[in-house]
Amino acid sequence: MNLLWLQSGGCGGCTLSLLAAEAPGLFETLAGAGIRILWHPSLSEASGGEVLDLLARVEAGETALDLLCIEGALLRGPNGTGAFHRFAGTRTPMIDWVRRLAARAHYCLAIGTCAAFGGVTAGGSNPTDACGLQFEGTYPGGLLGSDYRSGAGLPVINVAGCPTHPDWVTETLMAIALEGLTTQDLDAYARPRMYADQLVHHGCPRNEFYEYKASARTPSDLGCLMEHLGCLGTQAHADCNTRLWNGSGSCTRGGYACINCTSPEFEEPGHAFAETPSLAGIPIGLPTDMPKAWFVALSSLAKAATPERLRKNAVSDHIAVPPTIRPTKLR
Amino acid sequence: MVGHSGLEPVGRRPESGGWTPAVLPRMSTLTLGPFNRVEGDLEVQLEVADGRVREARVNSPLYRGFEQILQGKDPRDTLVITPRICGICSVSQSMAAAYALADAAGVAMPPNGELATNLVLACENLADHLTHFYLFFMPDFARPVYADRPWYADTEARFRALSGSAAGVVLPARAHFMHIMGLLAGKWPHSLSLQPGGTAKPVQAQERIRLLAILAAFRHFLERETFGDPLESVVAMDSARALDAWSARDPGRGDLRRFLRIADDLGLAELGRATDRFMSYGAYPGGGTRLFRSGLWSDNGPQPLDLATIAEDMSHSWMVGVDALHPADGVTIPDAEKARAYSWCKAPRLAGEVLEVGALARQLIDGHPLIRDLVAESGGNVSNRVIARLLEIARVLMAMEDWVKAIVPGEPFCGQTAIPDEASGVGLVEAARGSLGHWLAIRRGRILNYQIIAPTTWNFSPRDTAGVPGALEQALVGAEVRPGETTPIAVQHIVRSFDPCMVCTVH
Repeated sequence: MNLLWLQSGGCGGCTLSLLAAEAPGLFETLAGAGIRILWHPSLSEASGGEVLDLLARVEAGETALDLLCIEGALLRGPNGTGAFHRFAGTRTPMIDWVRRLAARAHYCLAIGTCAAFGGVTAGGSNPTDACGLQFEGTYPGGLLGSDYRSGAGLPVINVAGCPTHPDWVTETLMAIALEGLTTQDLDAYARPRMYADQLVHHGCPRNEFYEYKASARTPSDLGCLMEHLGCLGTQAHADCNTRLWNGSGSCTRGGYACINCTSPEFEEPGHAFAETPSLAGIPIGLPTDMPKAWFVALSSLAKAATPERLRKNAVSDHIAVPPTIRPTKLR
Repeated sequence: MVGHSGLEPVGRRPESGGWTPAVLPRMSTLTLGPFNRVEGDLEVQLEVADGRVREARVNSPLYRGFEQILQGKDPRDTLVITPRICGICSVSQSMAAAYALADAAGVAMPPNGELATNLVLACENLADHLTHFYLFFMPDFARPVYADRPWYADTEARFRALSGSAAGVVLPARAHFMHIMGLLAGKWPHSLSLQPGGTAKPVQAQERIRLLAILAAFRHFLERETFGDPLESVVAMDSARALDAWSARDPGRGDLRRFLRIADDLGLAELGRATDRFMSYGAYPGGGTRLFRSGLWSDNGPQPLDLATIAEDMSHSWMVGVDALHPADGVTIPDAEKARAYSWCKAPRLAGEVLEVGALARQLIDGHPLIRDLVAESGGNVSNRVIARLLEIARVLMAMEDWVKAIVPGEPFCGQTAIPDEASGVGLVEAARGSLGHWLAIRRGRILNYQIIAPTTWNFSPRDTAGVPGALEQALVGAEVRPGETTPIAVQHIVRSFDPCMVCTVH
């Protein structure tokens, strides 16, 4: 299968993240799935006219376009002209290139939250009128419109994340190349369910603190980040804490809040990212699928029952109180 | 796109060797793009006469408006938003934002905080140097245009884009090295661990040992593949003569020697000279000093650096306004219709002068004897930029080993920070590709103004009001355009030698 990758209103971070794919690495994974890179802006030899010739062949249908990967938001401004990004070497706005190429693509993938929903580029006053390929924040539509279907009959596949995990991209591409993908494999935001049916909370090493609401107060504390420091891991759809990043990492393992970056409109949470908004001491965003009354009851009970070890360690930057050594053998 | 402004018949030129057209354009315009293997989108327009670049204009064609997006937000949100300016300088952007907040709040990092944040920044910078050398820069020498060179077969096998043998060893080594990010920053890019008071990720005893293991493995990779020699021998080279001797001692051993052979054959030390005026903000603080000194290099020597004289000219930028403003007073309002403008990039100047920033500037200003000697001999050029970058990998990795050993688990990693409601702050960092500055103004607890000048904003700036071209625009003048070339290979070498990051440039 041929893969073409283009970048527009983003940071290039999903590509850089992808380069850190390991065991196996990026090139072996793609080769193993029979995927050939037609052109990628960071990796390919071809530059300038060589690329424009290639795109002309794709547009003319002479070269098959099996996989079109778009990274970065689509910039419609100013005033609908798309002039905030004219593809270099052409006077043509990138949004026009994307529309034309998407019409030729057998599968169309939004790589990262910007290409999927608009992302950080659509933040604040959204000065460039940025949107995603088929969503504008939570609203269906975006650049291509909600009726768009690629050659395979699918909507745009949103490999959302800021950045995406390298495996989310490679596994989605592999699934397509080896077995095909159906709408059953995508969630309501067209994210691959392989990773989007998980919560970031799953596998979080702070879970014991979470259980007792033993909370971190300040950056570098070991406690749970949900109550005070803005963590949305109990609501965020991704497998970051079971899959892990760059070897052994994740946001919560790195000491900071999950900001729900796989979600549309994560860039405008309505409060400071690193602060949990609360009403009468209860966080406004409750864990997914948890009725409020249960959460309140469970939390107050858990807080009352917090062991001394967790109470102290939660506000320390190292293990101040180690677990007691207890014989576990049944006597 | 090729445009002709005139045609004149020319005779066969004996030096051109192969194919010679019956007529050669006297003056032609070339538009180069999409210019790939740089970070982000780039267009270069050339006026070509008699087989040489006569004038160049550099267009950064993407505008996203981060300075506008940040206005009115909680100042702490800069730690989430600014890293997302760039996927390759993400930590540099985080660090600059954290330093700007620290400056505004008047907080200092505990020693562990400095060590850990230095390690995260160094990891990004070295990974970027590696990515640049192996994936962005070297593949150009594997192009068929060099098929007649004696080094071609070896270079093609090693560096061909997507298929060369180097990528097969470099990508795994890079990925393993970036396990430092997993341990110290949660992930890369776009971490939120770097804070004004230090780091949100305290290093535990076992993690400190693991970091040493990762560094040792990366050192092994560099000594085997990149240098073919211990790092100590690389950093000990103190003159151009010493570099020549080192290269000759074991020809072809390691990729630096492979590059030196190519550079020598193609005369890369005579290619891509810009202004020979360099700046570095200084890098990697520790206990009141820095690993690499800050300063200005001009008129062949070190000069005092006065940051108050920085101003961004907008005469040729698609921005409202013309006057050059200091970034603390900077304004960013796009205007896509502006006459005379040809780039979204502003034109920063220091005391009205064009500067070059990057690893070459850093090592020159810090005073490394090899780089001082190379620049004295041939100035800033394609070859010296690449040599400085590889030398810096060796120097910084050795420093990283010391930083990890100096970490004391159990001691504090992050100081408390309260951001004042009324304040301003400056954050200055050296990213892989040069000097990055953030200027922040807070009023009533919100961001009133946020201005960013990135490394490639300096290097790839358009002309200023006086009509003076930016550093790359100057460096391209005189570059060879071979008959029939639409994306001249010499131009590609020069452009990529700066390791440009276009998403940072405009942001």
